[in-house]
Amino acid sequence: MAEATILASGEAIAARRRFRVLRKLLHHRSFMAGFIIVAVMVIAALCAPLTGIDPNQMRVRLRFRPPSEVNWFGTDQFGRDLFTRTLYGAQLSLWIGLAVAVLSGVVGAAIGVLSAQFRRLDSLLMRIMDALMAAPAILLAIGLGAALGPQTHSVIIALAVAYIPRTARIVRASALVTRELEFIEAARVSGASSMRIMFKHLLPNASGPLLVQSTFVFAFAILAEAALSFIGIGPPPPAPSWGNIIAEGRQFAVQSWWIMLFPGFAISLAALGMNLLGDGLRDVLDPRLKVES
Amino acid sequence: MRLSQAVPVLLIFSVMVFMLMHLLPGDPALAIAGPDASPEAVQKIREQLGLDRPLIVQLLEWFSHLAVGNFGESLTLKQSVISAVGERLPVTLSLSFVSLVVTLPIGIGLGVVAAYWRNSWIDAWVMVLALLGVSLPGFWVGILSVLYFSVQLGWFPPSGYVPLTEGGVGPWLASLIQPAVVLALFQIGFLARITRSAMLDVLDQDFIRTARAKGVDEWTTISKHAFRNTLIPVVTVLGITLSLLVGGSVVIEQVFALPGIGRLIVQGILNRDYPLVQGTMLLFGFAFVVINILVDIIYTIVDPRVRYG
Repeated sequence: MAEATILASGEAIAARRRFRVLRKLLHHRSFMAGFIIVAVMVIAALCAPLTGIDPNQMRVRLRFRPPSEVNWFGTDQFGRDLFTRTLYGAQLSLWIGLAVAVLSGVVGAAIGVLSAQFRRLDSLLMRIMDALMAAPAILLAIGLGAALGPQTHSVIIALAVAYIPRTARIVRASALVTRELEFIEAARVSGASSMRIMFKHLLPNASGPLLVQSTFVFAFAILAEAALSFIGIGPPPPAPSWGNIIAEGRQFAVQSWWIMLFPGFAISLAALGMNLLGDGLRDVLDPRLKVES
Repeated sequence: MRLSQAVPVLLIFSVMVFMLMHLLPGDPALAIAGPDASPEAVQKIREQLGLDRPLIVQLLEWFSHLAVGNFGESLTLKQSVISAVGERLPVTLSLSFVSLVVTLPIGIGLGVVAAYWRNSWIDAWVMVLALLGVSLPGFWVGILSVLYFSVQLGWFPPSGYVPLTEGGVGPWLASLIQPAVVLALFQIGFLARITRSAMLDVLDQDFIRTARAKGVDEWTTISKHAFRNTLIPVVTVLGITLSLLVGGSVVIEQVFALPGIGRLIVQGILNRDYPLVQGTMLLFGFAFVVINILVDIIYTIVDPRVRYG
């Protein structure tokens, strides 16, 4: 076994390591639970058109119908089918969560490795990150979202900006440790450019913590998007965002509890799934934070 | 060192908040006045806010106002941002305070209990609860809570705030306890998860084994040796906890109709009162820079090894 490892090429070792990580993940209870929840939600979101109902179609005669065989989650004050709206809401929320996680991950990673590699940039970039973290994240997102106008893409930008600093700090911390290792010295001596060191060495070595962080950002973004929509700074009505449905159903909550009940379950389930995924990934990929599972 | 970093951070933050109004698509004066405003009204706002002058002049003026503690004037409330915030600050502070009092013992306690009985059913349940805490949307739990505890059972008022000075501690607490607990759920989950992992790290260390081996009783081992070292990483997230708390209260205030700063900001946004939103955000930012310095000072007290030179 040891001999085989020595003989194996670098790529084979990397492939084997990936396989080992995958096997650990497959045996990790919370990772698998999260994976199943998220997978079911993605499938449900993609299947939304199969209900054959327009999520914004109003039918006055069918107002305030409680959950039944026809309308599984009931109907709202305009007679819109809430099951259909909740499924389309999943499309919207998962898309926003993914976009925020990817955008803050990419920008945060870039800022993190740049500050680790170029020490002169470091203090400037980190002070900017500190400034972005000065106000509570949700408050920054509210301010930015309000300035950019109530649209899906402004919610994405606002939330991404709010979560970039934490990601940047995590990547920077990891890259600062990596760049002191001997192989970076070796790469530098053999003439590797800063670009190559950053993207070939520093970034891949920070990928574990980065992925873990981005998964948690996904969960936060789902909760934050719902809160922003609820306040009235999300995708504008009649967009079937979960936060919108709850905000609209709130005034009828005493008689028609079902309007606000099911989207809330959907938000909780989506955030729970991503948090479970994140916990699993952290246990397997980020030994620094390892908590036994 | 910490203080010398705070100054550039505040400067950068001020510029960011200043730029916020210029992010508005199109003419900010038009956006503030609204689509139905007459050209005269738009022009009046433009002059009132100095939007007709070059950007750099506006920025310098913004800083000169900040330097003398002028955080701007609200367009809709006919009062300065400072006085508007000052009026509503007690509500938000009360809510955050009660919520923090609920959060700290429960969050830290649950984390310690889960770590001590690791991998038992207690641990499993605590971790499931903590996970739910960080996954349930607070505003939704708040509405459900009002439906059950206020409408159904009639235990708590469904909304509104009674100041300490008006009704004394009882009514004040009664108006706050429901939103404070709802707000605390997320923080409790967050803190329990962090405390558990910090405590697990400590419990695995040699000095705990030494303490047990030399016959120190279990209670002393845990309370004096393990718990105090667990607090070190927990204190570092105290700033984040406070930030989550105040951020969360902005949303929770909407659910319980509490006339605090969160409502002020949201109403400012809905009324397109951007100077009010800017000024309030600025005050928040300044407050948190100070809070984070205080957290660093607490940190040096809890962990004497750390010194900020």
